[in-house]
Amino acid sequence: MHLYQLTAHELHELLINKELSAEELNNYIFDRIEAVDDQIRSYITLTKESALERARVVDKQIQAGAKIAPLAGIPVAIKDNICTKGVRTTASSKMLSNFIPPYSATVVEKLEAAGVTIAGKTNLDEFAMGSSTENSAFFTTKNPWDTERVPGGSSGGSAAAVCAGAAVCALGSDTGGSIRQPASFCGVVGLKPTYGLVSRYGLIALASSLDHIGPFTRDVTDCALILEAISGNDPKDSTSASYKTPDFFASLINDVRGLKIGVPEEYMAAGIAPEVRLAIEQAMSLFESLGAVVEYTTLPHTEYAVVTYQIIGSAEASSSLARYDGVRYGFRAPDAEDVMDMFMKTRGQGFGPEVKRRIMLGTYVLSAECYDDYYLKALKARTLIKQDFDRAFEKYDVLLSPTSPTPAFRFGEKAVDPFHMYLSDICTASSNLAGIPGISLPCGFVDRMPVGLQLMGRYFDEGTLLRAAYTFEQNTGYHQEFPEI
Amino acid sequence: MTQYETVIGLEVHVELKTRSKIFCHSTTAFGGDPNTHVCLVCLGLPGALPVINKSVVEYAIRAALALNFQIAGFNKFDRKNYFYPDMSKNCQITQNDLPLAEHGYLNIELNGDTKKIGITRLHMEEDTGKLVHQGSITTTPFSLVDYNRAGVPLIEIVSEPDLRSPEEAYEYLNKLKAVILYTGVSDCKMEEGSLRCDANVSVRPAGSTEFGTKTEIKNMNSFKALQKALAYEVERQIEVLEEGGRIVQETRTWDEEKGITLAMRSKEHAHDYRYMPEPDLAPLVIDREWVEEIKRSLPELPDDRKERYVRDYGLPAYDAMVLTNTKELADYFEACVADYSNPKAVSNWIMGDLSRLLKANGTETTNCPIRPEQLTAMLRLLEKGTISGKIAKVVFEEMFASGKDAEVIVKEKGLVQISDEGAITSIVEEVIAKNPKSVEDFRAGKSRALGFLVGQVMKATKGKANPELVNKLLKERL
Repeated sequence: MHLYQLTAHELHELLINKELSAEELNNYIFDRIEAVDDQIRSYITLTKESALERARVVDKQIQAGAKIAPLAGIPVAIKDNICTKGVRTTASSKMLSNFIPPYSATVVEKLEAAGVTIAGKTNLDEFAMGSSTENSAFFTTKNPWDTERVPGGSSGGSAAAVCAGAAVCALGSDTGGSIRQPASFCGVVGLKPTYGLVSRYGLIALASSLDHIGPFTRDVTDCALILEAISGNDPKDSTSASYKTPDFFASLINDVRGLKIGVPEEYMAAGIAPEVRLAIEQAMSLFESLGAVVEYTTLPHTEYAVVTYQIIGSAEASSSLARYDGVRYGFRAPDAEDVMDMFMKTRGQGFGPEVKRRIMLGTYVLSAECYDDYYLKALKARTLIKQDFDRAFEKYDVLLSPTSPTPAFRFGEKAVDPFHMYLSDICTASSNLAGIPGISLPCGFVDRMPVGLQLMGRYFDEGTLLRAAYTFEQNTGYHQEFPEI
Repeated sequence: MTQYETVIGLEVHVELKTRSKIFCHSTTAFGGDPNTHVCLVCLGLPGALPVINKSVVEYAIRAALALNFQIAGFNKFDRKNYFYPDMSKNCQITQNDLPLAEHGYLNIELNGDTKKIGITRLHMEEDTGKLVHQGSITTTPFSLVDYNRAGVPLIEIVSEPDLRSPEEAYEYLNKLKAVILYTGVSDCKMEEGSLRCDANVSVRPAGSTEFGTKTEIKNMNSFKALQKALAYEVERQIEVLEEGGRIVQETRTWDEEKGITLAMRSKEHAHDYRYMPEPDLAPLVIDREWVEEIKRSLPELPDDRKERYVRDYGLPAYDAMVLTNTKELADYFEACVADYSNPKAVSNWIMGDLSRLLKANGTETTNCPIRPEQLTAMLRLLEKGTISGKIAKVVFEEMFASGKDAEVIVKEKGLVQISDEGAITSIVEEVIAKNPKSVEDFRAGKSRALGFLVGQVMKATKGKANPELVNKLLKERL
């Protein structure tokens, strides 16, 4: 067992028992980054100096005999679409390649208040548009289990960093599955909280009504710790819920007796790899053997989820990304003839192909002649998808499914056909449309590639999700598997 | 020649004078160095989010209630998408299909008749920044942007096409401004841009119930410009139709210098704003209780006040209307009548000399150098006969110029009216002796000669003789 394989709560024990100093830990993680990140390429920017500085503060507290917070001194990586004051934040786009935010996102402030050190900023698909991190304007991130394969996306850098031991925990964002799918591909735990539980202030918007920030961790306990630290009402985000954050740590109970688990048939249908199906069926059996009630159920509007997500997501993106025009910050194309020419050249040169594709799609579905047929229909479909969940949660406490129909695919395999790529969101997009929480955790391997189990829960019922996930983890042990890198 | 009927609807933007902007904490203060009244939110930085300013909602509700609107319980905001560098996000947050308020109206008066003008809707939105150019926009080597105004709260008030002439449009805008000024939510200065007005204009053969094709007129920067632009546009449209042409649906801009409207863009080139719900703002649910509370806090509005002046003070309707047109003037009037029992006399002085002096000096009523109690003190001097009506006008001007009390001015300048019979008698006799021709004329039945003789007495006393007494004494001796 290596130090870089330990979880935050395990490292916390070492820190308070003075078996390890926070500075040593941080130096150790930066050494690990140096050792593996040439192959993985998870980071865009490293913030070693400030991390070490913060680590030394934690060490002083420990030396002084003070009680330190559970995450104090723990190196955390931040997806590079979450603003960090004074640290370049690019959204993996040429458009923001020189953007240094004058402020930090609320989640970053909260994590810093919890004492973490920030290791750096991780790679993503440009503006979080993608499922493989191949759409980064800078470089692609590799899956630590097999560097021929994608880490998933769009939070591929965060998932790969946690998987490879290049960070203990990380933050990602999830608009249609961008935390859960890469967590699944990299064999780590990833959680998309209920919409409104975690502030979006400082998250570079892809589609505001679908965007969520959530943790990547090596086990469910760490997931609860990070969630605890970042959740809570934020007056700077009017969509943030006025909801008293429960004690997530208290939900970590190894007991699912009496828990009612529904398995939506639509998530187990065509397109799912047989090995993935097998792993999910094994998970179902395990839950049953642990005293849960597991049965198949239905979410009848699932087939519309991906296209509904694409229409609403693109529409919002086309508007949210309108601000990148070269006037105030970021990239500005040279040699423009007038203002409109500057806009066009800046956007033409500053955005990558996938971003342009979605802006065009979004502009189209919002146009006067298409609005009713596309955008308005998608809003209605969204309501139906939400109602599917409402009905299901009348009967079940948790819904169980694969996170992705397949394990991590090879580079270039799906990039040829964007629509094929969009289908990897099939199991995850619905919960973004509904705003319900979902967690992905490892549940097996296919040819040494991890398979992810997704659990979805009622609004603000992360507690039950964590309990089910924790129980599964305690009775399996997939989280203790590590890639050989 | 066909008789035409004019159809006008106005779209009015009013800046609300809340302390901070609609979606952030930046100040709304006018002026300031470029890009100093800005923050992450109104500059549209990546990741920054808008949060609605509660005061803006309150101010908007105040205005809406004063304009007789129904307030919607459920509100949402929308994005209006278009590219222009004065907008930091290249989209404007506004309210599209569910405005704050609907079904309002306003009564206007024209030639003594009252007409009810429907107001379709009132909604909240953010203002844009400003582009600054060196010289003309077409020849400037570069554009500069000032975002100080970006995010300043606006309400947009859209009237029904109920206005039938440029004069009605003028009266409507004037009344709208008066009512909003009463509510205190805006200073409504058209020249400074805190009140802006666009107009939809069409004409149709008199008696027709279908609307003609309309044009939208922009860039009218004063009340006068509005009236002139509308009059021009109506005439232009009639001319086109008379010559057998067709009106093109388009946006036209008012060229103040040339006194004409010019085509800006046709309907085919109109923007497709791609409205969508603003996902960064949660829906806004407005509590009935709160609306009632705001309603209770509204001041008495011009129509009610006017009615009360006619009823309680016995003023003519015209006086009541003029006095109540601004809250400040009406407050001034009421301060005077609280202290003086002849409302008509007060009204005459306010509507006459005071208004004239205020206008001539460009002084706001609130800064009037004559305080209400000074005005009533002067009226008492007049009533007692200490000064004549003529002298009073002189005294009043001096009061306005110096801020001194009437009594002080009268003493300093020796303007006390001569009401001493003995003193006046000797002058009367002198005048009669010096003007035998006029005396003869009068006696021969030419009553106008009396006026001349009175004038001579007044001249001799430098206007200080009590005119009634002069008349009486002259008549006795003729």
